[in-house]
Amino acid sequence: MRNLRCSCLFLLTGIALHFLLVVPALASHQAEEPKTRKEEAAAQQFPVPPPPFTPGIFPCSECHKEIKPNPVRRDLKDEHTGIVLNHAQGQRWCLDCHDTANRDKLRLVSGEKISFSESYRLCGQCHGDKFRDWKVGVHGQRSGEWNGKKSYLLCAHCHNPHDPRFKPLQPLPPPVRPEDVR
Amino acid sequence: MSDKEARDKRILRLSRRKALKGLAAGIGALALPAKDSSASVWEAFFQKNFRELDKEDLQKVLSRLEKEYSAQFGKAVKVKATPPIEGVLFGYALDLSRCIGCRRCVYGCVRENNQSRDPQIHWIRVLQLNKEKGVDLEDAEHYYNPAKVPEPGHFYMPVQCHQCKNPPCTKVCPVQATWTEKDGIVVVDYNWCIGCRYCMAACPYGARHFNWKKAGLPAAELNPDTHYLGNRPRPVGVVEKCTFCIQRVREASGRYTACVEVCPVGARKFGNLLDPDSEIRYIIENKRVFILKEDLNTQPKFYYFYAT
Repeated sequence: MRNLRCSCLFLLTGIALHFLLVVPALASHQAEEPKTRKEEAAAQQFPVPPPPFTPGIFPCSECHKEIKPNPVRRDLKDEHTGIVLNHAQGQRWCLDCHDTANRDKLRLVSGEKISFSESYRLCGQCHGDKFRDWKVGVHGQRSGEWNGKKSYLLCAHCHNPHDPRFKPLQPLPPPVRPEDVR
Repeated sequence: MSDKEARDKRILRLSRRKALKGLAAGIGALALPAKDSSASVWEAFFQKNFRELDKEDLQKVLSRLEKEYSAQFGKAVKVKATPPIEGVLFGYALDLSRCIGCRRCVYGCVRENNQSRDPQIHWIRVLQLNKEKGVDLEDAEHYYNPAKVPEPGHFYMPVQCHQCKNPPCTKVCPVQATWTEKDGIVVVDYNWCIGCRYCMAACPYGARHFNWKKAGLPAAELNPDTHYLGNRPRPVGVVEKCTFCIQRVREASGRYTACVEVCPVGARKFGNLLDPDSEIRYIIENKRVFILKEDLNTQPKFYYFYAT
């Protein structure tokens, strides 16, 4: 009889402990897991180098946590004056792509917040044909192995998101003309 | 005719024959490598065609070449003879709507494939064409040199070996020193090539190049990862050509070719034509594809396309 009470007590304590420790952990795990898994899959599917930030500019929240967001469409006068929007200017401004609340994230039209390393999803909202080609490795530079691991580049590695047209380059020297061969 | 005259004539005839015999023997002896007749020169002289070498002979040839090049350039040089991968047929695609004619590919190729710097050999030639005239080779310019490319009103078309399925160049080789490998790469055995340059005349793409002089290749710039049929240092008097970077692409973890890697606009695409999931197959199945000089029935494995 005493033995039974003892084991009952043990069982109850066990259940209580279980609720205290294991269940919350599980719950939190469940809440987080789908997102991390999705991100991981994306990272595996489209491995990209880190986004090409201007040195020292990221995380944006470093400065922006002190500043109250001003959602009014305007020309920036105090900061980021170097950025000239030459990308459907007049039709959009900063906070159409940068998230108002969390400056370290980008914002899709759906309202979903994505990290800068997934920016191709943002670009792909309008440039669907390029996004489709990019995913299969036809648009953009890809390095690595033709029969193995490949590395993608983010759109922003080649196109400045604020002024995306590819800039002309200086060509390397032309071949020697036959008449100049000695 | 007196006896004496007849005798004189006979003597003269005999001596001429002797002289010719002697001359022939002398020239024959001169043709043999006598002056610096180390064992390796003799071995090279009697080396068989690459395709007739058995495993053991091939190993000997490779180690001989490695030793030779390492001594010549003062650093360790690897000479591979990696065979084709089963179930692979290489194909190449180039996006004409993207290429800006910056010639990064030309010099990337030179570095990777140990081309001679002086005299200059380029395996890739970039043509500047007029947008209004389209692909009109009469109107092509490959010495363009403005401050910035692309120039307005022009587009650019890099040309290199098209790795034809029906190559005119290999057919004309009188000694079978050039052939198509199983993975579709057209290669040259530089030790077998006699330098007749028939293949250069036969190639409609101007993709073959001749070593008129000793290659000017600084030791510091030598790429020591070489393939027997590809980028190993070439002797004087042989023809060379693009091999789709055979030393890179035939490995189990096959890197992209140097020109694909270096292209700043990502216009160059490479892959396995037999793999339905490869980007090259996607291009052929989904994009507008253009084949240069298709009417010659050379059946290139090099496709130009318009992504947009």
